[in-house]
Amino acid sequence: MGDLDNLLASREMILVAGSGGVGKTTMAAALGIAAAARQKGRVLVLTVDPARRLATALGVDEFGNTPTRIEPSAFAESGVKVRGEVWVAMLDTKAGWDELITQQAPDAEIRDAVLANPLYENITSRFVHSHEYLAMEQLHDLHARGEFDLVIVDTPPSRNALSILDAPSRMVEFFGSRLLRWLTVPYRSRLFTVASRPFYQVADRVLGSRFLQDIADFFVLFQAMESGFVRRAREVEALLVDPRTAFVVVTTLETAPSHEARFLARSLVEREMCLGAIIANRVLPEALASRAGADSAVALLDAAPGPLSDAVADQLGAPVKQVRSVLTQIATRFDDVALVAARESDRRSELASMAPTLLSVPWVDGDIHDLAGLGRLAGYLRNA
Amino acid sequence: MDAKGALANAFDVGELVFEPTEVSPDLFAMAMNTEDSLREYLRLFVRIPLLGRIGPLASTFDFVADAAPGVKEILGVGKLCYEARERNYDLIVVDAEASGHIVSQIGAPRVIRDLVQVGLVRDQTQWMLDILDDPARTGVAVVTTPEEMPVTETIELLGRLRAETGVHPSAVIANRVLPAMFTRREQVVVDRLDEAMGLLVDAVGPGARTVLEAARLTESRRATGATHLDRLRSWIDRADELDAHVPIIGVPELFARAAGPRVVSLVADALRDELDPDHVRTAARGGRRG
Repeated sequence: MGDLDNLLASREMILVAGSGGVGKTTMAAALGIAAAARQKGRVLVLTVDPARRLATALGVDEFGNTPTRIEPSAFAESGVKVRGEVWVAMLDTKAGWDELITQQAPDAEIRDAVLANPLYENITSRFVHSHEYLAMEQLHDLHARGEFDLVIVDTPPSRNALSILDAPSRMVEFFGSRLLRWLTVPYRSRLFTVASRPFYQVADRVLGSRFLQDIADFFVLFQAMESGFVRRAREVEALLVDPRTAFVVVTTLETAPSHEARFLARSLVEREMCLGAIIANRVLPEALASRAGADSAVALLDAAPGPLSDAVADQLGAPVKQVRSVLTQIATRFDDVALVAARESDRRSELASMAPTLLSVPWVDGDIHDLAGLGRLAGYLRNA
Repeated sequence: MDAKGALANAFDVGELVFEPTEVSPDLFAMAMNTEDSLREYLRLFVRIPLLGRIGPLASTFDFVADAAPGVKEILGVGKLCYEARERNYDLIVVDAEASGHIVSQIGAPRVIRDLVQVGLVRDQTQWMLDILDDPARTGVAVVTTPEEMPVTETIELLGRLRAETGVHPSAVIANRVLPAMFTRREQVVVDRLDEAMGLLVDAVGPGARTVLEAARLTESRRATGATHLDRLRSWIDRADELDAHVPIIGVPELFARAAGPRVVSLVADALRDELDPDHVRTAARGGRRG
């Protein structure tokens, strides 16, 4: 049996993955607080936080690419005890690309030409899983700087859970691909290559030669950065299988997210990446699926029209009509909740066999919107 | 558009492909595929019928589509607009991509128009925009659930749709809404029911606590969800971004098994009751329509 405390104490990088809408960002922040509560040291949470609600919850107005520390006084005011430091930074794809181009460009001329290319922003924001790659890239950068003991990355939501795992290798592939070779063949000589000639004629007619030329210009510049980019992507790829790295998969126990979580867990194993834990979020209490509850609900439905309601009304000093209606309602509606709880319990056992640790975080009243709430959540992130 | 096989599961048919399948009388389903869409485009507009001879063309084009902004998206959205223009169907329902991607998808004709200066594709963006921007012909129904993130994303998406595309949001569908269990007076009783727990346990067994806990949990979830829907409603009421009122249509939580034709027909019934209240009366008088 694995243990989350050990994971938080021993790993240097934790990647939090899972489908959108399962509370991944919140969980990444709670993991950061849990780590700082249990160990001394500096913890950084790198997040995408599109709605900026984590920033609000953490009590920092705005944070960007540069790590910002959550003030110890903020923790003290919220009654959250931490031994270490918690820092947060925001993943900014645009700034990340600019930085990457600046680092990898062989000279200032190429750098400026890339940054000024009319298609630069459009292309970098969409091709080869740009978001996912940049998250990995930034993790690599932060880890290499050695300023933090633990970096927790809240991975960007993606259509396919695998894109985060495959982003670096896709980047390497891209530089060796037919696509890039094709795009960077000088435009004139393309027209004379017999094999591709019909293609160019069609492409020209449909897209216009000017657009094709713009694309080609961009990729010719981009190709000049090949060696730097490929080396970097290989380093980032190595980071994913590094023994200092672990994945934490967050899910709810609903059909689609737990299906995705199982798929992700299997894919991690196939790629020899370390799955440290699965966290099931917003889970119903297991007792709801119990036999005792079901039996009592049936009995209550029978008893509500009779003297039981009178007795309860008497004790509470409430009108019997309302008591009867309430008791009937809660007995009738129990089945629905019990059904969901039973289904969740089934999914939980499926997930339990897939990871060294499975933690369940109960559904909490309301949403989490402050440090105290995150602190409470962190309290659940511990093996029983 | 988001080909994960979910639509095929919903209709309980085998894999859906680009060529439409009649899943029930007068109801056709297809899965978008940009390569097939390109083939069709080349055949229809560039008049290249012999695709066998230029097979590598399609795959090379796919490569370009991967790197060139807007190209892949316009192949998808262009196909939809083409079907609408030809009036091949009375209604085309598109299961679009997730909210983070739909703006770039639906906005592709604008991106192409701005980036591509000459060429056939550019010339064709105008009729697509005419169809997409006409609220009488095209509308976006944003589906959400009464939870914090989905509601926040819905608000963001409604704003972006108007700011970055010409397409009109026509409705928000709030799925999985929990119905209220208690009136305000009954809620007072529920809150004090612990005081009578002894009586209840004696009468119906020790599971009484669990039954009450379940009710409280459901009610608390409902109340939290209701605050998010209120937030959405008041945003819509005040939004300058929207030039027409966008109604919120609720679909109740069904507690049914996840996917498949059964749940589809239950949701369809719920939607029909919301959209066409008269139908309920008709049904009550006997016989269902359709």
